[in-house]
Amino acid sequence: MGHLLELFLSTVLTNNIALVFILGMCPLIAISTNVKNAAGMGVAVVLVVTLTAAINYPMYLLLKALKIEFISLLVFIILIAAVVQLLEIFLDKYFPKLYNAFGIFLPLITVNCVVLAVSLFFVNRGYNFGETVSFSFGAGVGWMLAIVLVAGLREKMAKISNPPRGLKGKAIVFVVLGILALAFMGFTGLV
Amino acid sequence: MKKWIRMKYTKWYNILKDGIAMNNPIAIAVLGICSALAVTNRVENAIAMGIGVTFVVMMSSAMISLLRNYIPAKVRMVTYMVVISTFVIIFQFALQAYFPAIADSLDAYVGLIITNCIVMGRAEAFAVKNPARYSLIDGFASGMGYMLVLIAVASVREILAFGTFLNFQVVGDGWINWVSMAMAPGGFFVLGLMIWGIRELTKNFEGQVGEVE
Repeated sequence: MGHLLELFLSTVLTNNIALVFILGMCPLIAISTNVKNAAGMGVAVVLVVTLTAAINYPMYLLLKALKIEFISLLVFIILIAAVVQLLEIFLDKYFPKLYNAFGIFLPLITVNCVVLAVSLFFVNRGYNFGETVSFSFGAGVGWMLAIVLVAGLREKMAKISNPPRGLKGKAIVFVVLGILALAFMGFTGLV
Repeated sequence: MKKWIRMKYTKWYNILKDGIAMNNPIAIAVLGICSALAVTNRVENAIAMGIGVTFVVMMSSAMISLLRNYIPAKVRMVTYMVVISTFVIIFQFALQAYFPAIADSLDAYVGLIITNCIVMGRAEAFAVKNPARYSLIDGFASGMGYMLVLIAVASVREILAFGTFLNFQVVGDGWINWVSMAMAPGGFFVLGLMIWGIRELTKNFEGQVGEVE
């Protein structure tokens, strides 16, 4: 148990999926204009990442047993698309309020590279099932942390700062992300 | 000269110009940055990744364009994904067979070409509406635009982080490696400054004060 908690913490902080592995940048930059939307997207990502990794893991074992693991990439991405679609239908039917709150975020997740990356990483690193769930949950939480931090900074920045015209909009976000990434390097050696 | 002027008005020249310069996928549209930052700590990785994306975006655009009248609108996203991941798997195997060292250092990022917004974006924005030969050129232009930015970012980062260019020593012995350049922060800073430079040069600025959508 302690080992799983350690993996979770190291994935959230020292190996943050957004700020150290630089994944899921497109939605991170597009949706981080206000904290509310950022948090909504973050929660949706945590949910989908954990769910898809838990489903992809047994699937990978099955493919491996059949000796066709070379198509795992294809199977993963189709499963992810299917899970997102099912989740959407399920939420729409049984939890319409939650569905409305998630709004457009769910369909966007299919193209969020964090989801696929987590599935590819557990294959490359040879995790077992417990580690996979812990790692994927940590990756989702880490990504959420990053997007909420960036959104908070951007909200403040939009009010008070006046960057050079070439840096306006998305370019300044890179500088913000760079500084955040430097800060996260400070966590190195924590876990 | 006359031929050159006439060429400027042909469709394929405009597509090419649009993809590489005017709507450069990374610098202007800010798409597909995950891989652009993660693999650019060495120039050879950037070149491999650039070739991979160019190959995948060209082939899948052409393929989707050929199939565009047969794909039902409702399942088109899934169809794109199947087509795209097929070509990604082909590229992944070619890379592992011929350049195992580069395949190792690119790790899972080759597989992530599937979720690169450029590939999907070109399929959705261009290939479904245009004939295959233009889609092929459009894919090539987007891929090249992507690769050029990748190589530019990687050159700066590799020289600063390791003092080398394509693994050849280029700076003197007194050079101290700039470690953070090889890691995430360096990528963010270099790309951010590069986008600033390109926007300043092309006078292609973004929206209102501090806010975009």
